[in-house]
Amino acid sequence: MKVTIDNITIEVEPGTTIMQAARQIGPEVAPPAMCYYEPLKASGGKCRGCLVKVTAGSEKDPRPMPKLVPSCITQVQEGMIVENTINEQVLETRKGIVEFLLLNHPLDCPICDQAGECHLQDFSFEHGVSKTRTVEERNTFEQVDLGDHIQLHMNRCILCYRCVYTADQITDGRVHGVMHRGDHAEISTYIEKAIDNDFSGNIIDVCPVGALTDKTYRFKNRVWFTKPVEAHCDCDKCSGNVTLWYRGEEVIRVTGRKNEWGEVKEFICNTCRFDRKKTSDWTIEGPSKVSRASVISANKYGANTIKPAFPIKQAAEQYKKIDDNRDRSFLAPQKQLN
Amino acid sequence: MKLSNKTKVLEQGEMTLAERMYLPAIVGGMATTLKHFFMKPATIRYPEQKRYLGPIFRGQHILKRDEEGRERCTACGLCAVACPAEAISMVADERKKGEETLYREEKYAKVYEINMLRCIFCGLCEEACPKQAIYLRHDKMVTVFNERDEVIYGKDKLVEDMGNRYLREGWK
Repeated sequence: MKVTIDNITIEVEPGTTIMQAARQIGPEVAPPAMCYYEPLKASGGKCRGCLVKVTAGSEKDPRPMPKLVPSCITQVQEGMIVENTINEQVLETRKGIVEFLLLNHPLDCPICDQAGECHLQDFSFEHGVSKTRTVEERNTFEQVDLGDHIQLHMNRCILCYRCVYTADQITDGRVHGVMHRGDHAEISTYIEKAIDNDFSGNIIDVCPVGALTDKTYRFKNRVWFTKPVEAHCDCDKCSGNVTLWYRGEEVIRVTGRKNEWGEVKEFICNTCRFDRKKTSDWTIEGPSKVSRASVISANKYGANTIKPAFPIKQAAEQYKKIDDNRDRSFLAPQKQLN
Repeated sequence: MKLSNKTKVLEQGEMTLAERMYLPAIVGGMATTLKHFFMKPATIRYPEQKRYLGPIFRGQHILKRDEEGRERCTACGLCAVACPAEAISMVADERKKGEETLYREEKYAKVYEINMLRCIFCGLCEEACPKQAIYLRHDKMVTVFNERDEVIYGKDKLVEDMGNRYLREGWK
């Protein structure tokens, strides 16, 4: 099937969504996603962050779709033409979406552990406006205890349902869900039951904001002062492929490996995440790739100590010996070098 | 040997009799020296006397408290990441129950250190701070030190004293 997104045409399988097709083209045209999470079935369609304009529905029926459509749950059709970043209406709508998502979201990024790797931060930075127009008080919730490992900040939740789908699909007993409706909706464990499934820690990774954070990492350090390193171990419960976050020599956090869309493909178990916090527990593979623009690459000592092979090779090839046969008679009489 | 053709040879003529006597030149020099006895000195007697520093002078750092005396700093780390000299380091901690009168937010800086040898007083920390917690005082310079361990300023030297608050014109 042929589909055109932002004037770039790509051939995709039938049944692909617009979001997946755009991601195949690249991050420049991929719409932002707050609730859609590829490894989680049925996720998406909640946050409206990925709305795009379809200017031609298909080859057979080239009329534009009357409203903006959520790209994460809309399947492509033959000859569909989609406009994402080149459409003024889409960009204008996204400003509104950010404003709605931030209506009840507290501005406590300086305190929040997610700051620096928060999807809502990125989303509002790239698509939002810098001013708040509301003066009303934001929703606040009672503190809910989710056990020793996971910290729930209901105030920060944007109700993307990712953690609920994780609990539904990865863990085998559902003890975690969304209660009440509309403005009163909140993520809860239902009668404050602690989640004690082996894979429950993954709800931390899937959370796009700082609503679910790691209690063992709580206030330990800011994301941009830690150094991500890829590592693996032999685990009988999970794949054992993780990212370790170092502060100096100390592992202060273990997370799943995230791809370029911020999604964890291989979920890891709670033992790996919360209990294996020594370098000796892991086989180190090497530092994670962090984009130069990311706040995580700021202020890293020793960033230049590892010299990539290419420039060294190039320097060796281009090395020229200095010509020592120049006229040096004008120099004061001294011992000749060499 | 001549390195370039730009050199000029200065021609000096024969000295006159007055010049050869040297006395007029010595008297002239003495007069200049004597004039300075009666001029206002360019230096001051620091540290007894201090100069006016100006309203936008960037001196010693201060970690502000709010009106109720709670520390404003939440240890967000933005000053440390903005600092070009990497002079700032901190350790955060969670506020316990009963400490609400000490710290304004849920998280606070347990340790906050500025290395005054590293600091270049650029004021970027002040600009980066989202909580209006850190300022560079316009009325106080960092004191002279003798030992290296004196230059790392901890919270004891940085946090504002409620009995002697630091307020600037234009602040509420």
